Amino acid sequence: MKRVVITGAGTVNALAQDVEGTFAAFRDGRCGIDELDIRDVDRLSIRIGGQVKGWDPEAHFNRQQIVLYDRFTQFTLIAAKQALAQAGLNFDGHLGYEAGVVLGTAAGGVNTWDENYRTVYEEGKNRVHPFVVPKLMNNAAASHLSMEFNLRGPSFTVATACASSNHAMGLAFQMIRSGATKAMLTGGSESMLCFGGIKAWEGLRVMSKDACRPFSANRNGMVQGEGAAIFVFEDYDHARARGAEILAEVVGFAMTSDAADIVMPSKQGAARAIAGALRDAKLNGDQVGYINAHGTGTAANDKTECAAVADVFGHHADQLMISSTKSMHGHLIGGTGAVELLACIMALRDGVIAPTIGYEEPDPECALDVVPNEAREAQVDVVLSNAFAFGGLNAVLALKRI
Amino acid sequence: MAADVKDTVLSIIAQQAVLEVSDVKPEATLESLGIDSLGLVESIFAIEEAFDISVPFNANEPEQNADFDISTVGSIVAAVEKLVAEQHG
Repeated sequence: MKRVVITGAGTVNALAQDVEGTFAAFRDGRCGIDELDIRDVDRLSIRIGGQVKGWDPEAHFNRQQIVLYDRFTQFTLIAAKQALAQAGLNFDGHLGYEAGVVLGTAAGGVNTWDENYRTVYEEGKNRVHPFVVPKLMNNAAASHLSMEFNLRGPSFTVATACASSNHAMGLAFQMIRSGATKAMLTGGSESMLCFGGIKAWEGLRVMSKDACRPFSANRNGMVQGEGAAIFVFEDYDHARARGAEILAEVVGFAMTSDAADIVMPSKQGAARAIAGALRDAKLNGDQVGYINAHGTGTAANDKTECAAVADVFGHHADQLMISSTKSMHGHLIGGTGAVELLACIMALRDGVIAPTIGYEEPDPECALDVVPNEAREAQVDVVLSNAFAFGGLNAVLALKRI
Repeated sequence: MAADVKDTVLSIIAQQAVLEVSDVKPEATLESLGIDSLGLVESIFAIEEAFDISVPFNANEPEQNADFDISTVGSIVAAVEKLVAEQHG
């Protein structure tokens, strides 16, 4: 079994369009959730989100590229460029055959669907742009990364709703660990902050109209975000041999299925995934210093997640820190685990735990140390990242300081 | 109008609970009728469509929805009557 390390990271999200800015926002407990600036927002009852503001595709891509790149692909490409620049890796030679890309997205090119449905239904046109299909397909971002960077090994996209990125990164980890590949680009992306994307979520009545307040007794729902985070996962020996800077080691991964309900979370399913990741990493629970929570800010998730953590860790649950950065960047759905992995890397590398902001009232059903409102300095050696998706699909990653 | 509202709401709830309308009593709770959170959200959607109203309801705080009391079938009927009067009055 090979050891797997992270040697590069990049991101575009509501807090910043790079990792450094995102870390600064985490340290400051800054909120990236704001009023949505999208077409027909006046017909929505939910009008806030973690939107990437000031995004200028033409600053990054030429016209021929823009007609092929949905917003979720654009975010992915820029995040990947940052990650590869940091890693200093180049796949032009033989390494390209031993490297691939596994990405998570729940819905792919939602903006492209939305815009083109408008064209045919609202405007009554009978013709759409010829590139609609290659632009909206869920694997578009993964394929463009493979083409841009010459990744010729296993490449695909995982869609497990809110756990997509964690499933993707877990699979990338397993591929390198098994020796199937030497390096992988992995992470996830989502961009569904458009009229149709928000309207669909409104229907479930689980969205907050004012703020995302995970674990706070007065929480009233989730807030959507958008963006991407991409990482370079690499065989430890390969990274060491070329003298790469190592951000963290990925040491464990587990996935479980609740097999119970299409929207309601299950404590048992979540607990099995958390315990499974520890087992996979050969770690004891008391080694875990920080958990980046799924922490959506819904009534159902937060109490179920806290109960699962309490079940797995016993007394140690009161010692560890658990925070939800969705309070700052919103819920990036299929991209969320990737952006949240940044908070895990910051905890391990910089000894700074990102806070749960918007925390106003303790909830007896979420009685853990949720790092309320202010970042905290703390040295942690092992962290977990939780993701629990609609459909009962759970994926938990374990990372270690190196 | 009031009678129509009641009949329509009862029929929506009955359909969701897979019961005869006559078996849906005003004092019944949704839980006693076997309607879960998804069933509730779907019923509210059906009510909004039937009366062309907007129902202020957030599934994260069912006990705090002061304007839409879902504690019993009767309270739901009363809340819908009020909303219909407010929004179409």
